[in-house]
Formats: sequence, structure tokens, C-alpha cells
Amino acid sequence: MAAPESEVGATGHKFAVRELCAWFGDKRVLHGINLNIAAHEATAVIGPSGCGKSTFIRCLNRMHELVTSARMEGTIRLDGADVYDGRIDPVLLRRRVGMVFQKPNPFPSMSVRENVLAGLRLTRSLPEDGKDEILEQALSRAALWDEVKDRLDDAGVGLSVGQQQRLCIARALAVNPDVLLMDEPCSALDPIATAKIEDLIHSLKQSYTIVIVTHSMQQAARVSDRTAFFLSGNLIEFSATDRIFTSPRDSRTEDYITGKFG
Amino acid sequence: MGLCLLAVLLPLGLLLFLLGAVASDAIARLNLGFLLGYPSRHADHAGILPALVGSALLVLWTAIFAVPTGVGAAIYLEEYGRGGRMASFIEINIANLAGVPSVIYGLLGLGVFVRALGLGRSVLAGAATLALLVLPIVILSSREALRSVPRSLREACYALGATRWQAIRRVVLPMALPGILTGSILALSRAMGETAPLLVVGALTYVTFLPDGLGAPFTALPIQIFNWVSRPQQEFVENAAAGIVVLLVSMLLLNALAIVLRHRFQKRFV
Repeated sequence: MAAPESEVGATGHKFAVRELCAWFGDKRVLHGINLNIAAHEATAVIGPSGCGKSTFIRCLNRMHELVTSARMEGTIRLDGADVYDGRIDPVLLRRRVGMVFQKPNPFPSMSVRENVLAGLRLTRSLPEDGKDEILEQALSRAALWDEVKDRLDDAGVGLSVGQQQRLCIARALAVNPDVLLMDEPCSALDPIATAKIEDLIHSLKQSYTIVIVTHSMQQAARVSDRTAFFLSGNLIEFSATDRIFTSPRDSRTEDYITGKFG
Repeated sequence: MGLCLLAVLLPLGLLLFLLGAVASDAIARLNLGFLLGYPSRHADHAGILPALVGSALLVLWTAIFAVPTGVGAAIYLEEYGRGGRMASFIEINIANLAGVPSVIYGLLGLGVFVRALGLGRSVLAGAATLALLVLPIVILSSREALRSVPRSLREACYALGATRWQAIRRVVLPMALPGILTGSILALSRAMGETAPLLVVGALTYVTFLPDGLGAPFTALPIQIFNWVSRPQQEFVENAAAGIVVLLVSMLLLNALAIVLRHRFQKRFV
């Protein structure tokens, strides 16, 4: 487990994760994870179902602890500050570390416009003026503005599934986070919608740090700069994406990426 | 299959027959004078206005007491206390309370509201008793409605940096509102039909005035009907039949309101 750490340079870390363990009740799902996530890069987390990859990113924005019986140990630093420090408000942390889920989940009662502004409205931080700028900027960054600019007042759930997922990305971006966590964001989408999200990831990492969980190795290869391979709650290998896919160091990584299991 | 059909048709047929019998008894007495009249020794002069107003007041105040309390309790149990020992203890008790006979609530009302709190045999005491009676139903149906809001939407709220309360207030409650409204209105229509607890609490049976406030003595539709039915004269039985029609129509109106509201909100929110 020492190898992955030396792989990443000491500067430019967004997240520094040390000895992270996580449980659901008595079931241990993460075993001492150590890794650094670099700023303005896309980091992919791959591995078979149930390997703890979703739990891992849910620890990063403290969503893990929302589940009854869930707990964690270890430290996670965001820009050097301990995320689990008692003085850190998880609510404020989550405004810095946005999240997009597996299934698009726009608010069904809200229009496209309301969905994008929902985060700001929920937290009562929507400025009186400048709403339209925030709306247009978030939708443009999510590559959705041109498709929905004439239907801003239509229901968010009336969009296609791919558009709904980009709407959810816009909703996360409107809160102005530093980091965007994506939990298998394309698993409910068709290949064309998937390609749009992947293009989007490339442009988003200029301004944001992206951590994407994916079950598709091709997707990890296409969008990410670094890839972490998880297996049964352990981090097996973590290195530059082109390297992990061309010359993996661990035989288990090789077995997984060549499709021998998973 | 035939047996099941029979099981459906038989009670329906009986019900229709009963309704028909009541309606044919009632038809002679159902007029504006009956709706706007006061009780009288003479059956053909007797009216139902005090009972109608009494029932309306009771339902209104029962709603004011039971709905906010019930929804609040449901939010606590479903959103905050979930899985805790305290919550599961309360849960079991609420489920049991929903099964307690209504006359017991009447005795409780008599002991607590009428005597101990000194409210007397008033609209307030009656409404408070009925509120206790329907509270478990309001809580259970509100919990059901809250539970039906998908977890993914709550997570979406939390991931946007919303607190638990902000998520409930802005997303969960609006989505659960149609279910909460329907459940509450159905509970209120049950309160409207209750007789036993009101008898125990001390609703009057012969009231020739309208209740002029929360502290006033009162009567209610089921009580008035009960009173008329127990009279020996055939004319009063006809009054009772007419009273039953009035009560049934009011309850149906209340249920229709529930359906309309539900439909409306669902359109707005989906």
C-alpha cells in the first residue's frame, strides 16, 4: 500500500486521504485507504460492484455518515484542513464538494430554472440580483444552456435522461464548489448522452477537481488523469491512467482490466 | 372468482338497500327548513342547524389541533428519530393507540379536558378529544406520505449543502403534501362521524341555539341523529333519516375535497 502514495507528487493535492476505514454496522467496507487527489484533474475510481468505491467518495463529502449505522476512521484533508474536524460543518463542506448521483435526480416539483437554483434557494444563499447570470453560467458549464434556454420554465423531469443528468451537474455547479464527485454518473445513460458527459468532464476539470466512480474501464481511460483500482475495500493500485491501463503493477489490476473478473 | 364477485356484490347490494331505505324515509323531511331549523318537540318543525354548525366547528378545531401536531410528530419520527429507541417506542404506542376504541378516548376527554382542565362540556373539550382520537391516523398517514419521498431527493438536497430541516421544508414536505392532506381529511371525516366520545364528553342532545364560541356547549350531527332515533314517534325516525343523509353528504363532500386537493397538488408537483 505504500507504492500508490509515492506515485503522486507532494504538491497540488486537493484531497489527502490517510488510513481511511469505513463501516456499515459491523461490516467493514474500506480498509485503510491512502491516496492523494490532485487539483484540476479527473481521478477515476474503478473496481467491481461492492468494492467500496462509492463509499469512498461519499466519505469525501461526509455523505457516508448520513446512513444510520455508518461510521469511518482515518483522516481526510481538503486543502490541508481536516474534513472530519469537529469544527467543520458538514453542510458547509458539501457546498464546497458537490456530488452527482448514479440516477439523475432533479427535483420533480421544480422547473429547469428552479432546479439549477435549488441549491442556493435551499440554503437561502440566492442573491436577489444575478440569478439569471448564475443560471446561465451553471447551465453553460454543464453544456446544457443551448438545449434548454427556451424551456427554462418547463419541468426538469420533462427533459431526456441525459439532459436531466447534465441538469443535476448544473445544479451542483450553481453552488460554486471546488470539487465535483460523480458516482457512476453515466450508468443510466445511453452512449450518446454518456459521450456528452465525458466531454463535459474534460472541460470541467479546468475549473474543478473531479472524482468519478465508474464501473466502465473504458470510461475511466477516456476521462481520467489518474485511476484508483479498488478491490474488496482495499486500494490495490493508484497511478496515472495511461499507465494503469498499459502496464499495471499488480496482477489483480491486470486481471480486472483485462476482464478476467468483475 | 364467482365467490369473490359475490363477496363484493352482497355488501354493496346491502349498502345500497340501506341507503335507499334511509333516503326514502328522509325525502319528506329534506328541505331548507330542516337544514336551517332548530330542534323542536314537533317533529315536522325540528331542524338540524345547531348540530350542523356544531359538527363544522368540531371538525375545524379538531383539524387545528390534530393536523399540525400530527404532521410534526410524523416529521420527527420519520426524519429525525428514525431507528432510535425512543422513536420505535413511540411508534409501537401510536400503532396501538390507533386501535383503541373511541369510547375510551371519550373517557379520557371527560377526565382530562372536561374535568381536570376545567373546559366543561364545551366545543373545545369535544374538539380536543376528537383530535386525540384522530391523531394516530394523521401521524400514520403523514409518515407514509413522508416515506414515499425518494431517498435520492433527500440526498440531492444534502449534497447541495442543505441542512436536514432545509431539505424537509423545501423538498420533502411539498412532495408529501398531497398524501398528508388526503390522510388528514380522511381522519377528519372519521372524527365527524364519531358519536361515542362526544356522548361521554357530554355533547347535549337538545340545543336550541348555535354555539357562540369555543367554550359553548354544543351538539353534533351523530348525536342529534342518535337522539332522534331513540324517540318512539315515527316522525322523529324520519328526522333521523334526514339527519343521516345530511351527515353522509357532508362526509362525502369532505372526502371529495381530499380527492380534489390531491389531484391539484399532484398536478402542480409532478
